[in-house]
Amino acid sequence: MVTDNIFDTMTTIPKAEVADLNFYYSSFHALKKISMVVPEHKVTALIGPSGCGKTTLLRCFNRMHDLYPGNRYEGSIWLDKDTNILSRKVDPIEVRMRISMVFQKPNPFPKSIYENVAYGLRVRGEASRRILDEKVEDALRGAALWDEVKDRLKESAYNLSGGQQQRLCIARALVADPEIVLFDEPTSALDPIATASIEELMSALKEKVTILIVTHSMQQAARISDYTAFMYLGELIEFGRTKDVFEQPEQKQTEDYISGRIG
Amino acid sequence: MSKANLTKIRADIDRRKLINSIFALVSMIVIAVALIILLGLTLKMAIQGASRINPEFFTSFPSRRAERAGILSAWVGTSLVMLVTALAAIPLGVASGVYLEEYTRKNWLADLIEINVTNLAGVPSIIYGLLALGLFVYQLGLGQSILSAGLTLALLILPVVIVTTRESIRAIPNSLREAAYALGASKWQAIWDHILPYSFGSILTGVIIGLSRAIGETAPIITIGALTFIAFLPDSPITTDFPYISFEWLQAPFTVLPIQMFNWVSRPQADFEINAAAAGTVLICMTLGINAIAIWLRYQLRKGIKW
Repeated sequence: MVTDNIFDTMTTIPKAEVADLNFYYSSFHALKKISMVVPEHKVTALIGPSGCGKTTLLRCFNRMHDLYPGNRYEGSIWLDKDTNILSRKVDPIEVRMRISMVFQKPNPFPKSIYENVAYGLRVRGEASRRILDEKVEDALRGAALWDEVKDRLKESAYNLSGGQQQRLCIARALVADPEIVLFDEPTSALDPIATASIEELMSALKEKVTILIVTHSMQQAARISDYTAFMYLGELIEFGRTKDVFEQPEQKQTEDYISGRIG
Repeated sequence: MSKANLTKIRADIDRRKLINSIFALVSMIVIAVALIILLGLTLKMAIQGASRINPEFFTSFPSRRAERAGILSAWVGTSLVMLVTALAAIPLGVASGVYLEEYTRKNWLADLIEINVTNLAGVPSIIYGLLALGLFVYQLGLGQSILSAGLTLALLILPVVIVTTRESIRAIPNSLREAAYALGASKWQAIWDHILPYSFGSILTGVIIGLSRAIGETAPIITIGALTFIAFLPDSPITTDFPYISFEWLQAPFTVLPIQMFNWVSRPQADFEINAAAAGTVLICMTLGINAIAIWLRYQLRKGIKW
């Protein structure tokens, strides 16, 4: 496993550490002994062919698998070295309040633009109009959407275009100051211009949060990520700096995938 | 493409379109027949009863003389029974639906409950009447009252409410559930803030179908012992003395519109048939009224909710 020497060359602090993670959908062994780190204030990309487990791994980070029966985790994901977020003792709600997620297809609530963003605070019981207004504006600015929607906050989120809806979902994910934001192929349903604006946004966001992104596009991973993990058939094949993984892959499978021979 | 081939394709398309047109025509005829019969029956009844529908008809108690008889006790009874039915069936049915859909693990017990709930919808209403007679009237000592009748009809429509609640909840895209949970919502927050508001319009449809069925039910109400002739009203729910609200009316004996109709139809005098027709018209108008309110509510609630 190549991850061992990564710790030495890493100049940043790991925000999260995955250790010997196995995951099962009932009897199907979907993730096999995954170990990697998610460096703080960096963009880490998970790449690999369809069905390799990259989305499954991403959804372990906010315990999304808990919503469906028959799923089982083994191993650990340490957040800040002190909390194993996969532990039964840790409430998935606590995990989701610290690690938020942006989904593949924009999924705004059928509510107003304002209420969509505010909901992240309302679940926590925040009711002060002043604080809500302030944080909603900050989040929308953070998602580069404020100028487009500031005069129509009361309108339904469904009136926005696909790219705007996705940025609204990003604002919703940012509003409660999460530590990590998970992106599950956030641009796969968007056109190239909307994709570019989301990518630009992600590079700006890493100042404040740690980003873990699943992408099926190697070009996207190369453009925006600092670290890349290549997965294949439920295993982590290679993990390292994006530049290294793309230019001098250590594993044959990584090279084959990146050069387009498998996938 | 060769000329012959093209002709063949065009002939084939014409044939398929012809079959399509035939089906559309047959469907139209069938629905027209159904609507015309329904409309004809309703209109005939309305015309027959029209002469009796005047303000006194609504403000008079039943009488032995047809022209002086009215439906005051019947429409008040029907309204109060429907109120009890709605208050009992809606929370119970919606909560059961939410529980079955969002909380239970899918196992054999859930399947068993599901099959039974669906089967309950098909149980003849008189059976519910017998159950209520034994349980509400005698065992629980609620008597032959508005409360007993309301609870009986609530039981009767509960399966409909549960099944439509489950279907409406199931129609909500899973992506919205995941969006709520991913923000750290608890199960209850996801249900209360999202699932229920988004499905409320469809749930309402089920509630209305249930209430429309309940308002016309006669058999279970007769079984639990509703009176057919009653010349006084239940106590008013609002009183002049502290605490200004009274629940005495729940205990009151009562009658409902279908029973009043049945009573009049079974009399030998032809004059009472006019009364029955008039009462039937009022009953249909009440049903349409409930439906209208539901459609309006649904329209209000669905504004801006779509996916």
